[in-house]
Amino acid sequence: MSWPVSAADLQALGQAMVANSAGALTAAHVTYDELSLSAPLPRIVEALTFLRDHPDYRFEVLIDLTAVDYPEREKRFEVVYHLLSMSKNLRVRIKLVTDEDTPVPTATPAYPCANWYEREAFDMYGVFFEGHPDLRRILTDYGFHGHPLRKDFPMSGYVELRYDDELKRVVYEPIKMTEWRNWDFLSPWEGAERGFAALPGDEKAEPKA
Amino acid sequence: MTGEVVPASEAQLAHSPSAETEIRKFTINFGPQHPAAHGVLRLILELDGEVVERVDPHVGLLHRGTEKLMEYRPYQQTIPYFDRLDYVAPMNQEHAYVLAIEKLLAVEVPYRAQLIRVLYSEIGRILNHLLNVTTQAMDVGALTPPLWGFEEREKLMVFYERASGARLHANYFRVGGVRQDLPPALVADISAWCDAFPKALKDIDSLITGNRIFKQRNVDIGVVSKQEALDWGFSGVMVRGSGIAWDLRRNKPYECYNELEFDIPLGVNGDCYDRYLCRMEEMRQSVRIMKQCCDRLEKTPGPVLTEDNKIGAPRRGEMKRSMEALIHHFKLFTEGYRTPPGEVYACVEAPKGEFGVFLVSDGSNKPYKCKIRAPGYPHLQAMDWMNRGHMLADVSAILGSLDIVFGEIDR
Repeated sequence: MSWPVSAADLQALGQAMVANSAGALTAAHVTYDELSLSAPLPRIVEALTFLRDHPDYRFEVLIDLTAVDYPEREKRFEVVYHLLSMSKNLRVRIKLVTDEDTPVPTATPAYPCANWYEREAFDMYGVFFEGHPDLRRILTDYGFHGHPLRKDFPMSGYVELRYDDELKRVVYEPIKMTEWRNWDFLSPWEGAERGFAALPGDEKAEPKA
Repeated sequence: MTGEVVPASEAQLAHSPSAETEIRKFTINFGPQHPAAHGVLRLILELDGEVVERVDPHVGLLHRGTEKLMEYRPYQQTIPYFDRLDYVAPMNQEHAYVLAIEKLLAVEVPYRAQLIRVLYSEIGRILNHLLNVTTQAMDVGALTPPLWGFEEREKLMVFYERASGARLHANYFRVGGVRQDLPPALVADISAWCDAFPKALKDIDSLITGNRIFKQRNVDIGVVSKQEALDWGFSGVMVRGSGIAWDLRRNKPYECYNELEFDIPLGVNGDCYDRYLCRMEEMRQSVRIMKQCCDRLEKTPGPVLTEDNKIGAPRRGEMKRSMEALIHHFKLFTEGYRTPPGEVYACVEAPKGEFGVFLVSDGSNKPYKCKIRAPGYPHLQAMDWMNRGHMLADVSAILGSLDIVFGEIDR
């Protein structure tokens, strides 16, 4: 397949992947010339292994793994995998949904490099990965509480640290910052006609005829 | 380094021929304050004598919560965060981010702006490789290469300063182009530097490449096979050193890379020495690209920022005369621009490998989520298996060849 791949070709490719995967992949979308697939949570490892080993796709590299938090949804987390096929020069994104309690099967059997990515997703969002060899926190401090990239975690955090001269060590204390001003400059009268999402409070406005 | 002695177990003692030769395993803390750790890396090394048995890297000592901070700021204000990721080659990071936003907004970048972006991305590549190659030589005992290399880096940082006003944290790329045009004198100076640099590089090359000690410390150390490189999510020099022909500038050409002439060097053995050779050759190729960009910049005048005034900020001079420009300026620097809802992944061939940005937009003027895919992150993860069976002294050689900068790993 020649590069760049057109959106129509990508769509056809995505449909073929879904058809060949025996149910391990469920839906294919193409947005912004990128192919996005959905996978049911229990069969994610099967889906990854299928994409890695199929001779037409050969997604040998797991480029990235992360989560996205949508607190208003019933299952709040989307776990997103980005795969790259160096031999076919293709990229694909796989998404699954989970919540705080449901563990996701670890991708380490298919891609060893998922190890640290899953540790990061666990650290930042509190998504659990079942069967992970070493699910420790990775980026936050030793003894950190909470999952900082969740939308309900405040940007300022809950604690601040300083060096205590008497104790001769670094101590944590509750933050003393009085107020964090989150300036919202969004103008409510623009954007709806350009296909942007309605702003809070704007849903009462009459759509233009 | 402080070590603690782990007493050998009963079973191990039983096998030992006499009590005098009891097996002792050392657990050693390498870093976080160690000159060869390239920043704030803490490695827990488990040693059997001088042979490394296990490496547990503890990262996150430089974690600043960049991704969280970005969710609270308009797009315009988030670009400077990218300079602070891989602070050795700042503009390459900005590049990936503006490409992601441009993909969402479907903005056209003027040709001259593309040339400037490519020019400065290649300056960033040389900045990075000069630092890495020469400090890797320092890690294995040579002091002169970093001194010579830093002299050239200094000149490049002056080019950064003359374009953006800052030596390191440039904040120069904008969605739809770059902040401002390069003066003709600067282009001429960069072009002159391109003519002079190969000689300086040759001097450094003559110090390191054939050096007996450098070879002893790097040849056949930290060998990565093709399959291992793929399994562990490597990119950039780490895959090319193992002989995989993969470079995003060729395989997924962004900006004007497909019109420029350059070669991609490949390694054969996948060891630290091959990766060093790849970086040296990449610098020569970058000079070629820069020279071509300078020639084209001299011939192609034109805008360096998109004409779409809902995205590109107006010039200061325009604002003195035009009410429209003043309004746009006010709107852009308070509300900013809004991106349509959606998800994009954009990546560039940063000096260290594939630097990617996964951007989720909900239609507002701030990123809903921005995941930064730093190339050093999976590379550092490989420390464990790459070091097993090597000597303690090889740890710093392998770490140097991985090209680690903590700004991007810890984010």
